Amino acid sequence: MGDLAAEKHAKYILLVEKRKDDVESVLMEHLRINGAYWGLTTLDILGKLEAVEQEKVVPWVMSCQHQSGGFGGNEGHDPHLLYTLSAIQILALFDKIEVLDIDKVSSYIASLQNEDGSFSGDIWGEIDTRFSYVAICSLALLHRLDRINVEKAVKYIISCKNLDGGFGCTPGAESHAGQIFCCIGALAIMGSLHYVDKDLLGWWLCERQVKSGGLNGRPEKLPDVCYSWWVLSSLIMIDRVHWIDKEKLVKFILDCQDIEKGGISDRPDDAVDVFHTYFGVAGLSLLEYPGLKAIDPAYALPVDVVNRIFLR
Amino acid sequence: MHGRPRKSATPVDENASALKAAKIRSLQSQFLQNHHNKMYKSYTKEALEINAKLIEVNPEFMTAWNYRKLAFEHSLSSQSEAEKGDSDHIKSIIDEELRVVENALRKNFKSYGAWHHRKWVVSKGNSSTERELRLLNLFQKQDTRNFHAWNYRRFIAGMKSISEEKELQFTTDMINDNFSNYSAWHNRSVLLSHLLEKKVEGYFPKETFLTEEYEFVRNAVFTDPDDQSGWFYHLWLLDQTIKLDMPILASFWPPPGSDLNVPIDLDANKATFPVILYFNEPVEGVSSQTITVQTEYDIHDNITWSPLSTNKFGCALAWVTHMRIPHEELDSSKTYQVKISSEHSQGITSLSGVSLNRPWSFAFTVSVCQHLQPAEGQSLGRLSLTDENFCTIDTNLNMTALLKSAFQFTNDDEQPTSSKWKSEIIASEISQYRELLSWAECKIGKLTLARLLVAYDAMITGTQFTPSIAEEVLQLLTELMKLDPPHYQYYKDEYSLILLKQIAVILQVTSSKESLLKYCWQYKESTSLNITGPTCLRLNSLSLSRIGSIEQLLWVQSLDLSHNQLHSIEGLEALQLLSCLNLSHNKLGSFMALDPLRFLKSLRILDISHNEIGAHTVDTKRYLCSSPLSHKVAFDKNFEEFANGDAKVMDFWEPFSIFGGLNLIQLDIMGNAAVDERFVLFLVKLLPALKWLNGEELH
Ligand SMILES: [Zn+2]
Repeated sequence: MGDLAAEKHAKYILLVEKRKDDVESVLMEHLRINGAYWGLTTLDILGKLEAVEQEKVVPWVMSCQHQSGGFGGNEGHDPHLLYTLSAIQILALFDKIEVLDIDKVSSYIASLQNEDGSFSGDIWGEIDTRFSYVAICSLALLHRLDRINVEKAVKYIISCKNLDGGFGCTPGAESHAGQIFCCIGALAIMGSLHYVDKDLLGWWLCERQVKSGGLNGRPEKLPDVCYSWWVLSSLIMIDRVHWIDKEKLVKFILDCQDIEKGGISDRPDDAVDVFHTYFGVAGLSLLEYPGLKAIDPAYALPVDVVNRIFLR
Repeated sequence: MHGRPRKSATPVDENASALKAAKIRSLQSQFLQNHHNKMYKSYTKEALEINAKLIEVNPEFMTAWNYRKLAFEHSLSSQSEAEKGDSDHIKSIIDEELRVVENALRKNFKSYGAWHHRKWVVSKGNSSTERELRLLNLFQKQDTRNFHAWNYRRFIAGMKSISEEKELQFTTDMINDNFSNYSAWHNRSVLLSHLLEKKVEGYFPKETFLTEEYEFVRNAVFTDPDDQSGWFYHLWLLDQTIKLDMPILASFWPPPGSDLNVPIDLDANKATFPVILYFNEPVEGVSSQTITVQTEYDIHDNITWSPLSTNKFGCALAWVTHMRIPHEELDSSKTYQVKISSEHSQGITSLSGVSLNRPWSFAFTVSVCQHLQPAEGQSLGRLSLTDENFCTIDTNLNMTALLKSAFQFTNDDEQPTSSKWKSEIIASEISQYRELLSWAECKIGKLTLARLLVAYDAMITGTQFTPSIAEEVLQLLTELMKLDPPHYQYYKDEYSLILLKQIAVILQVTSSKESLLKYCWQYKESTSLNITGPTCLRLNSLSLSRIGSIEQLLWVQSLDLSHNQLHSIEGLEALQLLSCLNLSHNKLGSFMALDPLRFLKSLRILDISHNEIGAHTVDTKRYLCSSPLSHKVAFDKNFEEFANGDAKVMDFWEPFSIFGGLNLIQLDIMGNAAVDERFVLFLVKLLPALKWLNGEELH
């Protein structure tokens, strides 16, 4: 397996940012702002954020803002909560949240809370606990959680709890590690983890580890590097991360590196992408891999960035 | 982004890719142009065709779906008079949308945008739900675990009011096709939960249905014990079998019938004692409205109950009130009775909103201890909590009787009358799983058997624990640690809980001389003849990785948990009498792991030396404790004042929030990565009452 090819991964990310004319990058255009968040956070964890010119990034992020206050995935795209969080996170990385009209952005987010406490992703009304997380995380980073009904937001998430202690995207929907991260993260930010059956959910989550050491997202599915993040961060937030074999997971993630060209893939020998590179590096940071900046499991930003926002 | 093999692109590949990319890019820019010009141009056929092509190559392009929704609304609102009543016209518009969605789903079955668009269109009405079910049956056969399809199925079933029993049959069919279908088991639990809640005939009482379900899932688990599909369903059934229908008071302190002799705190010239209520699950609503406190001579008023937990919503397993004996009674020699009761505790509810509505009460007597004693640790030197300074207790002393009464508070009549059928079901499962283990060595067999045995024993004996069963469960967990090393710590934690329960029960039930001598010790300086302080419960060097059975330990004033493997002390907050606590040589990984100590206002002596505080970059307690990150507390402005502009002190926000509220006299904190000279200076400043730090006397 070898060690983490940190330099190579940083180079890979800087290169992908510039690549424009292959199919993969064109197919990512609609979520470019998510891609930027993944890439920049990875660079920060690797200690390489200075390699990026924030004078270019910040204006581009702002160019994705829609008149409603929400952000689109790219310039000229419709606004959505998913992209709004990425925009806020990127600005937080550069300590530039003040460039935002905070009241306008928070009004946009708060306007998407429904009567039952759930959140729509945008004006078209798709409801999902992913959007609850995104809205709550965004508002917390802006110090504007008071703009929504927190009690109802908690109640809605609890109504999505399942037999296995996990959570789905709407009431009755099957548990899925990505969705669990969203629900646990949102509850953590709202100080409401006492609603979670930590032992039951912890058992389900720790059973996501398969023989290879990798983690899957649901029972009887293949392991995938991105679940290193979803499962690990959830296990950390409920204080059950000691229930998995961390060393085996480190090995699995390192096995998914492209040692030559940089980047990390979903499984060993698959094609790499920014998404999995981010989740692999962030996962290693959660596993206390040496030389990496610590990342916060709830806000998905480096710990020093989160502390700067909340502890001063 | 998933499942694409890693390979170097040849120049031919790169060329093809660039060509295709250019084509998509052109579609995207044409589409975006149309999208932004929509105010001027209407939704032309050409524009919609470009949009459909774009969606076909990239179903995740959300703005493209939004455009279709705008176009859909536009064409409905701009119908001519003739078209308005024409349902065929509307139908054709809808059909076109459903066709585009279907194409997108063929490209990417997991496209959120496509599924939502379908839902959005179908919920406008006018479309055939029959067709939706046909499509679902087709899709769900191809990909039996697709959660989008299952969600869509629940949506259609709800819209069309398809009966839950019919949907239940669908899950039965799916499972019979292939039992390895977690999605189907999940949906089954959802449907059954609804049927149980509504007490639909055939599902209430639960007996018959549970028996059938146990058999159904057993077939799956026994066919392939390594397949996880049925594991969690079985655990859910077990929970459905044993769970109580309402929260109960599990234990409390002071013990019923006991005589409290409350010492006067000379410094503060007051005498207080706590009353602790411990429930079997977190509850809210404990207050003077729901709890009645009757005292002779009306000695106490203004009683307030506080939750012992770090959540801001006022819910906790344990609640406490500190009753203060009024000043004018301090030199009186009267003994008076206190009765704590709850006749109408409907206001006390579990997190799921179920009320505790069974009356309960207990009573004890209180007097002021006139025999003046120095407050703990005050006039004494430093207590050295090492083995040679503990001597065995004198089992002939009254103390044994006191301990015994303290152990016997468990509220036996609150135990549910266990139904015969429940214990029979579990007994039959136990024999089935024993049978499985006789021919297959599998972890789920052992783990399930251990869980069944614990459940069965609790049902038969109440709070007790049959020694042979405890031994068997511990044996199973030991085997699991060997059989499944990656989850070693999970079994280890379970093991610790069972071990502690076993010890607590041995102490409580038998109060045998041997068990008391083994765990209860008396502090006595080896050089002195004097016995000092209360009896110490020594649970040291037991290799415990987790603590539990707290409800049995409410009487403890001095506790030794040193030389274990604890990384958490969650639960200790309920031990309100605790004045001396030894946690040295454990695995506590951060200051926030000490969060429960905040609630221990009587704590004077604390040893947390040789832990891992400061040794980790990841803090697993960060979101379980009080912190501005979880919005449980605001950032403490007092801290800024305390730090007084010293940027380095700003790093000590966490220890400030933990130790700031404690009244420690003696603290040992050596052997932690976070402790250096600067930190020691900070502690000395923060804790003015501290007399001993890391073995040295402070001046
Ligand atoms: Zn993945």
